[in-house]
Amino acid sequence: MTRLNSAAELEQLRAGILSSRDPAKPCIAVCAGAACHGLDSVRVAQAFQAEVAKLGPGAGLEVRVTGCHGYCEKGPNVVVDPEGICYFEVKPEDVPEIIACTLKKEVVERLVYAHPDTGERAVHIGEVPFYKHQMRLLIGDNTRIDPMRIDDYLALGGYGALAKALFQMTPGQVLDEVKKANLRGRGGGGFPAGLKWETAKNAPGKDKYVIVNAHEGEPGAFMDRALFTGNPHKVLEGLIIGAYAIGSHRGFIYTRHDSPQLICHIEQALAQAEEYGLLGENILGSGFDFRVEVHYDVGIFVSGESSALMRSIEGNPPEPRPKYIRTSVAGIWDRPSNLNNVETWANVPQIISRGADWYRGIGTEGSKGTKLVSLSGNVVNSGVVEVPMGTPLRTIVYDIGGGIPGGKAAKAVHFGGPMGGSIPANLIDAPLDFDELAKLGAPIGAGGLLVMDEDTDMVDVARYFLEFLTNESCGKCVPCREGMRQTLKVLTNITKGKGREGDIARLEDLNDVTGAACLCALGRTASDPLKSMLRYFKVEYETQIARGSEGRSGNAAGSAAT
Amino acid sequence: MDSANLDQIIEQHRGKPGDLIHVLMEVQHQNHWLPRDVLHQIAEALNIPFSRVLRIATLYKTFSLTPKGRNEVHVCTGISCHLRGANKLLDAVERATGIKPGETDAGWRFTLDTGSCLGSCSIGPEIIVNGTHHARMTPAKVEDVLKEYQ
Ligand SMILES: Cc1cc2nc3c(=O)[nH]c(=O)nc-3n(C[C@H](O)[C@H](O)[C@H](O)COP(=O)(O)O)c2cc1C
Ligand code: SF4
Ligand code: FES
Ligand code: FES
Repeated sequence: MTRLNSAAELEQLRAGILSSRDPAKPCIAVCAGAACHGLDSVRVAQAFQAEVAKLGPGAGLEVRVTGCHGYCEKGPNVVVDPEGICYFEVKPEDVPEIIACTLKKEVVERLVYAHPDTGERAVHIGEVPFYKHQMRLLIGDNTRIDPMRIDDYLALGGYGALAKALFQMTPGQVLDEVKKANLRGRGGGGFPAGLKWETAKNAPGKDKYVIVNAHEGEPGAFMDRALFTGNPHKVLEGLIIGAYAIGSHRGFIYTRHDSPQLICHIEQALAQAEEYGLLGENILGSGFDFRVEVHYDVGIFVSGESSALMRSIEGNPPEPRPKYIRTSVAGIWDRPSNLNNVETWANVPQIISRGADWYRGIGTEGSKGTKLVSLSGNVVNSGVVEVPMGTPLRTIVYDIGGGIPGGKAAKAVHFGGPMGGSIPANLIDAPLDFDELAKLGAPIGAGGLLVMDEDTDMVDVARYFLEFLTNESCGKCVPCREGMRQTLKVLTNITKGKGREGDIARLEDLNDVTGAACLCALGRTASDPLKSMLRYFKVEYETQIARGSEGRSGNAAGSAAT
Repeated sequence: MDSANLDQIIEQHRGKPGDLIHVLMEVQHQNHWLPRDVLHQIAEALNIPFSRVLRIATLYKTFSLTPKGRNEVHVCTGISCHLRGANKLLDAVERATGIKPGETDAGWRFTLDTGSCLGSCSIGPEIIVNGTHHARMTPAKVEDVLKEYQ
């Protein structure tokens, strides 16, 4: 690899990569994302590689091992480009047939999508119902990228936005563009990224830091990993552009220790970017220096919270600090530190290359762009979904998700994991929008969307989330620690049929207390799922409690004997 | 795990207190648990008080201060797997192994753990044995899967 010393050299390199590739040559993309991996996609990929090796250098097709394609439910997934033919649930035995047909420009009919009711087939990625209703600006490149090869990213125009920012824009102009795009944070709060950048930029001090939050601790959320593992350079490019805008020369990636593939791809991406001179000293000959180091969480949820995360990077236990100390001004080692989520950073390159006006054309008044959603739970097609903000939840759950399995009815959808909330199925026409969903009591959070069918016990769901948080609380504040424990006790009793009259009032009181006095958002929002339940599913709570009270009075001897 | 290998990991970080979590992670990955004398060795090499090493090692769930069985069984109890019946699956695993989460059986065959979402919710509920995923599990399949791990 040669070091690139100017934007022109980057374009030359890109032209060279493109001219060495024949766009008409079939390329078989085998998904190696988390779900497909769990379904043994490794063996499928190996089978493809072995077959192609047998064909020799003139094979006439290529194999690419990629990150998550999106439709995890039907893995192992294979997509054949340039046509975008989708094969589902591919087994190693299917490989010779796929190769033979691909070379003959034919389709293996038995492996394409068939509608479960009508049997109607869909061959191409744009026709498969799961993909058809999406707008895959961020995740869509995953099928075209081997995350271990920077050239694949460059072939798709990668680092063009960085070159534009460095050579055609001042840091202030980059900041203005992001502000104008109204890019809002994807990690939970929906806070405008531009304003946060501006605070760090204007904060006093020479040393400033930028950080990628790739902790993804929200249970049921897997889109950050899908994006970062599958296309690490997109996130990295966003981070470098952000660093340039803010005036930072040192960046951190904070990520999960338990995803070896993710770690490997990040490290490879950093090494390759550095070799090309896209990272490190004097990036692309612009005079701008920026380095990135990788840090790992070690498996506790609260370490995804901004101030706790920064403590952890410092090498200290990840305990949150009071919110009045703003990390944008005093974060890692008390220096200005700008933290954004994986998906937030990944949005930056396209805002710079295509412009804020283009970006503002997608989404709603208050929520711009697309949003990645991890769709899971009681839904036919789970996976990673990307839709424009404003898309009705019905589209996500039914048109994309294929509805509820087993012919059951939906009962609720839940957003935001243990700090989010549930809304009943009759509100399913609500739009995917930060503010609208927050008003309904189901804030988007990071973007984990859980579908719950008619058999779901809503008391148990609230109990589940509370139990999760009780184990994850750092224990620093008493209201968080004790309040959650008390609430959990009441809920557990209700689920065991030991509910008592007055439990709902008790729960409501506890909610009021824990919300107020906690140091970090974990404690402050721990009662949010329960609040949403008491707002929409109170009758179910009352019924379960009544059952408990009756059981005790009517059958006291029986329960004493058990 | 031979100690030369551990020494090598630790030596790479000598004199760098900021690397504590990295070192603990590498040792955990290699050795599957953190013996006390190794923690002492780390404290000495990185120039950190032993008490602080111990504090970090006990704080994070990933680190284990007790040895593990030959096979590590992990049942995902994340919300998505939970909605798809993870608790019944866990019951079946507990019955089959005779141990509860956090425990190791007397013959050192299994260590059982639960954990939240692993990011592969689409194929849940699942159990992971020594890193291998067993997708879309049912309680009925548990015996058969575990038979493979002696
Ligand atoms: C308990 C807790 C856990 C969090 N975990 C994450 C996480 O895993 N990933 C993430 O991006 N943000 C997480 N957040 C939100 C972060 O504190 C922070 O707001 C976010 O990373 C900022 O990025 P954004 O503005 O781009 O969304 C968490 C917050 C709390 C209170
Ligand atoms: S609210 Fe809970 S998690 Fe947050 S700092 Fe307090 S005790 Fe720790
Ligand atoms: S992991 Fe293969 S499609 Fe998501
Ligand atoms: S909940 Fe089990 S993998 Fe996500």
